[in-house]
Amino acid sequence: MARRTILMAPGLGYLALLLIVPCLIIFAYSLFERGTYGGIVYDPTLENYQRAASSLFARIFLDSVRIAATATIVALLVGYPAAYAIAQQPRNRQMALLVLVMLPFWSNYLIRTYAWIVLLNNQGLINRTLQGAGVIEQPLPLLYNEFAIVLGLVYNYVPFVILALYSSISRLGPELREASFDLGGSAWTTFRRVTLPLTVPGIAAGAVFVFVLSIGNFVTPDLLGGGQRPMLGNLIYSQYLSARDWPMGSALGFILVVIMLALLFGQAILSARASGEGEARIVPQPARVAA
Amino acid sequence: MTKAMTKAAFIAVMMCGASGAAFADKIVISNWDGYMPPELLENFTKETGIEAEMSVHATNEEIMGKVTAGGGKGYDVLFVSSPFAEALKKLDLIAQLDPAKIPNLANLYPEAQKLEYDPGNTFSVPYAWGTTGLCYRSDLVSPAPTSWMDMLKPADALKGKITMLKTDRWLMAAGLKALGYSVNSTNEEEVAKAKELLSGAKKSLLAYDDTTFYSKLVSGEASLVHAWDGWCNYGIAENPAIKFVVPKEGSDMWVDTMTVTAASQNKDAAMAFINYVLRPDVHKWVAENILYKVPNQKAMEQLDKAMFEQYPNLAITPAELMKEEQLRDLGNGQKLYTQAVTEITFQ
Amino acid sequence: MMARDPIRLWLNAHLGLVYVFLYVPILVLIALSFNKSGLPTAWTGFSTEWYGKLVANPKILSAAGNSLIVAVASTIISTVIGTLLAMGLEEGRSNPWLDALVAAPMIIPDIVLAIALLSFYTLLNMSLGLHSIVLSHAVFNIAFVCMVVRTRLKNFDRSIVEASIDLGASELTTFRRVTLPVIAPGVVAAALLSFTLSIDEFIIAYFTAGAGQGSTTFPMQIYAMIRFGVTPEINAIATIVIGFSFFLVLLSQRLNREAAP
Repeated sequence: MARRTILMAPGLGYLALLLIVPCLIIFAYSLFERGTYGGIVYDPTLENYQRAASSLFARIFLDSVRIAATATIVALLVGYPAAYAIAQQPRNRQMALLVLVMLPFWSNYLIRTYAWIVLLNNQGLINRTLQGAGVIEQPLPLLYNEFAIVLGLVYNYVPFVILALYSSISRLGPELREASFDLGGSAWTTFRRVTLPLTVPGIAAGAVFVFVLSIGNFVTPDLLGGGQRPMLGNLIYSQYLSARDWPMGSALGFILVVIMLALLFGQAILSARASGEGEARIVPQPARVAA
Repeated sequence: MTKAMTKAAFIAVMMCGASGAAFADKIVISNWDGYMPPELLENFTKETGIEAEMSVHATNEEIMGKVTAGGGKGYDVLFVSSPFAEALKKLDLIAQLDPAKIPNLANLYPEAQKLEYDPGNTFSVPYAWGTTGLCYRSDLVSPAPTSWMDMLKPADALKGKITMLKTDRWLMAAGLKALGYSVNSTNEEEVAKAKELLSGAKKSLLAYDDTTFYSKLVSGEASLVHAWDGWCNYGIAENPAIKFVVPKEGSDMWVDTMTVTAASQNKDAAMAFINYVLRPDVHKWVAENILYKVPNQKAMEQLDKAMFEQYPNLAITPAELMKEEQLRDLGNGQKLYTQAVTEITFQ
Repeated sequence: MMARDPIRLWLNAHLGLVYVFLYVPILVLIALSFNKSGLPTAWTGFSTEWYGKLVANPKILSAAGNSLIVAVASTIISTVIGTLLAMGLEEGRSNPWLDALVAAPMIIPDIVLAIALLSFYTLLNMSLGLHSIVLSHAVFNIAFVCMVVRTRLKNFDRSIVEASIDLGASELTTFRRVTLPVIAPGVVAAALLSFTLSIDEFIIAYFTAGAGQGSTTFPMQIYAMIRFGVTPEINAIATIVIGFSFFLVLLSQRLNREAAP
């Protein structure tokens, strides 16, 4: 018990000081009113929460959830096999392959997004190439719509899925799968009965990354969506900065956090159940310990 | 309100106490990157011995948010658009200026010295000004647009070839002006009608765009964009077929201003900087560099006439500008605008 | 064994396509950094003038340097703290409240955390600079690190750790010889992830930075430049960053190969 406390103390202390205390300030803001010129009037009110319950905000919320969920599913479908393929490579190559996945993302979010605009717009590289090849006559509407938003989110967050899944997949030695093969399991059965259950924590982590990063994003809806499909991130951003309505922004932020935490609880329960089903346990291989 | 002011004052006092040992003669200026000739600060230091450091912000909203949360600590001079300067002053986050320390204020056009939001330049000094209108490809759009309705209810050929500004005040201004209302209207009915008009206009848009609309014009992706005059010039510089027009219903007049933070430890040096920018040769150099009209009569008089031919909107006179409506802080009316813009963009 | 080969082939082909997807925009921005025209609308000829401009623009270079400092520092802090936290959390019974606390920094929208932290720092009258950005980035990075490392510790057989301690190995030796080898790939992945998040983060950095060039990070500089469009100059610096990182990867691969017997 004491050992566990010592391990967790720095992390919990850090978060208590730099997360809980600042967020209490934000929660306090949400209970007051916006001043005439943007400050805060310290008269307690629940008005912000009443306004947050409006149907417009609810619709934006649901729409953002839908877009973020789509991006999450696509990112998992793209990322899982990629992470799996990396984990199958010789050990000394895995690290380099992972860094190569992350490397484009050390440039800059805005620059990458503008590069996508160059590719996707009506006069862009993709449309001109397809038109030049005679595949299409009219340019495809690739930009300033939901497709472009999902594409941008998947592009920017799939590396995080790959990292989370790699961490989870690479701990499965080939022994387990070989055992399953030896017992006559087909590749598909082996994947479904052995690999997949054991990598549920990685899938869960990757899904959480894409989902939470997507739902708070405000740059991609603005630039790739052409500002025509604002998401929750844009909404909160504009309450804080354009409207200078901190109490309202804080209330929306607080509601978002509560809902997402509730979803995470649900997810945690589900994944606990799923990993309970997989009977296999990971035992460190003596050979690897020595290395 | 009083509580907010007390809080602001309290923060300001705390800061004075905390940074008593600040650098003797150094000021920090926050501006948009590229909105000032790069060598300007260096020259200023050479001439006055005051060290100056540049800090950059991306939008009015961001620097405003940061100064509100942090009290403006560390910053001396802020470049912000006029409604933001007005709000910052109301929140006691920027300082009263001392005209005796900025003698070059006399170089400003008379119109620039009695702006509605700050007559006598008591807390803000205009740096650049202009208006908002339509920037278009004259080779692709005919007849030439003359009205906000040419953008809001466009001819079929223009559908999907239009971008509009998304920043709340300017988006709303287009709708309000088209209907003959004030750009500062907080009348719920008027705002609702403007909202309806703008919602209808959304389906013929390519996108909302506040930053790269002029490059869309150059590429031909768009042929008519809602634009600030100075930015249209970046398009004109690439393609002379690009033209700018102020719609006949009138438009807003925007002013980017220089202000001194209330938290500044070096207000005299900050005002010396503002005074330096207002020197005719310096402010003229600014205009040549950023291609915006500057409100400095002596500077504009020195500007090479060839520039007016290349960028006709630089020749808009102060008298013409004053016919447009100055943007004011909306106070509580801001909620109405934010709500309207959210509804327009999300539907 | 034969049955698996087509699968492996298919997987590797997929991986190749993923790399193409990840690098296509990067190739575009590299190409644009050599474009004569300042606008990304058309190719008007090859030019290296933007690189010249870049060298003459110390602001961009110092901002890139600042970002590197922030990312490395916050990665180190959060990798250590986050890994310990993950070990602690996975050791005992799961506590939903602790899980919520640890997940919260990922969920809070950036702008909310930015304003919360700046309000808090102001209240403490704390000085702002690169250090305050590092502290702020570590808040969300700890959560991401913890989450990745925990995936590695799930179903980890604790009895082997207990056995090691029963046999007289110290805590540290046990960690080094038993736990670390199991979680190492997870820790490395977590560190990579937090470095990537930190080096590209804009809004929290902007709010918690001090005034002046000394604490301007690369994303802050780029966002401020956007008012006047994405010039090839910005693409040029991105090209250099990517080129340099690429070089480091190749170098470490080469060294690895030489080190291996």
